[in-house]
Amino acid sequence: MYLTLFIVFAGLCLAGAVNLLLQRHPINSALSLIVVMTSLAVLYLLLGAEFLAAAQVIVYAGAIMVLFTFVVMLLNAGREERTLGSRAAKAVGFPAVVVMLALIATVIVKATGLHAATLSDGITSTVDLSRVLFRELLLPFEVTSVLVLVAILGAVALARSTEGERTGGK
Amino acid sequence: MTIVEFFLWSLLKVVVVTVVLLMAVAYTVLLERKLVGRIQNRWGPSRVGPFGLLQPLVDGLKNLLKEDVTPTGVYKPLYLLAPILSFACATISIAVVPFGEPNVGPKGLPLFQISNVNIGLLVILGITSIGVYGIALSGWSSNSKYSLLGSLRASAQLISYELALGLSLVGVVILDHSFNLREIVEQQATKGILTWNIFGGFQFVAFFIYLMAAYAETNRAPFDLPECESELTGGYHTEYSAMKFAMFFMAEYANMITVGCVATLMFLGGWTSPFGDFIPPPENIVAHAVFPILWFALKVFCFLFLYVWVRGTLPRFRYDQLMNFGWRYLMPLAILNIVATSLWQAYHPVS
Repeated sequence: MYLTLFIVFAGLCLAGAVNLLLQRHPINSALSLIVVMTSLAVLYLLLGAEFLAAAQVIVYAGAIMVLFTFVVMLLNAGREERTLGSRAAKAVGFPAVVVMLALIATVIVKATGLHAATLSDGITSTVDLSRVLFRELLLPFEVTSVLVLVAILGAVALARSTEGERTGGK
Repeated sequence: MTIVEFFLWSLLKVVVVTVVLLMAVAYTVLLERKLVGRIQNRWGPSRVGPFGLLQPLVDGLKNLLKEDVTPTGVYKPLYLLAPILSFACATISIAVVPFGEPNVGPKGLPLFQISNVNIGLLVILGITSIGVYGIALSGWSSNSKYSLLGSLRASAQLISYELALGLSLVGVVILDHSFNLREIVEQQATKGILTWNIFGGFQFVAFFIYLMAAYAETNRAPFDLPECESELTGGYHTEYSAMKFAMFFMAEYANMITVGCVATLMFLGGWTSPFGDFIPPPENIVAHAVFPILWFALKVFCFLFLYVWVRGTLPRFRYDQLMNFGWRYLMPLAILNIVATSLWQAYHPVS
């Protein structure tokens, strides 16, 4: 049962990811990304991390990707033009992909004692998650919030400066 | 219970709940037309059947038989996907709503809830947040300026008010220590109306934030800017006709019902009676199963009545007022409510 679900949703996730690259229209790519994120949420659910799955859907698929589609719609971006790709990308890219795959393959072959994937220490419930987040990882958590705050301030500063110029011009 | 039995019972529950939900959607439309009619001193639909009670059936038939026009220049895959997405998201979330006594059912399987998920509240919020795409895509794929403007307004409005909506529910979650809708209801059950979260948990501020955010989330008056007729002809569904339009229409009313269910569960004690333990529960097994459902339906009905009443009474907001209200009043108020509830919980631990 779990294996079937895993195969279905992992396949969906990969198909979405490939489709994201192949589609020419930005809105189709954005929608493929939503498929990827939602299938990832199902995979989290299969690992027993319900809260994480719900957060993935609400935050990524629900909020961030809405903003993406919003921007695509606002800019009314058209189809991308397909280029043949730069020669350097071909020269470096294909060997790099081969090296990456070889690296992953060796790790999988060499590694022993691989078990079914579980989340570390079984931290899945909201209570456990918040205990870890607000006690053991309090400092990184707070530092991240400061980082987000700085990003917001930066965005506000960027948006305001253009407005200031416009009103200054008048 | 074998897996086949489980599957068959679940299928039965899904079918029954879906049929009931769709009938409720149809009759909510009629309720709205009748009530708004009375508020505006006219009769509303009164010709088809006694008191116009068969009007929804005729409306449904009309929408099925109408010509289905697909305008030229639409982006077809998304144009077709959008109403399906809207309608699906509006109807799926009813699956986690418990609407009756949980201990009634064959072989320990709860009969009055399709699935008892321990993150039920988050599931509903997640599905609601996916539902935005139906509106966003319909406006964009229609290739029409009214649709695009309507859907841009709708997406911005939904993103802004989703925040206040989610934050207003956090207070209840803090009080009840659970995301499970059934546990949240059971925590409110003991003393009836006195322990409902709206009174007993002192969450009436959260309730009003939820109420207003919910009106905005479902694109209802006084926040119905995405489809305001005088400016946008029809908003995001301008270019849709016949059954595709009906799907948006039904999605809107199904969302109203879902919102009413969530308000009932979170603030109004769900399926429990307002008298709590003061009146002993009925001994009869049938009454034991039926009364909770009646209480639940009554509470949801009152909520829907309020919806229509507000729509018939209040004028529409202006767009900047809408955004100001959402970001500068509702959201800070919701955060204050969370802080106050947390402090209360920290210094007066109830359980």
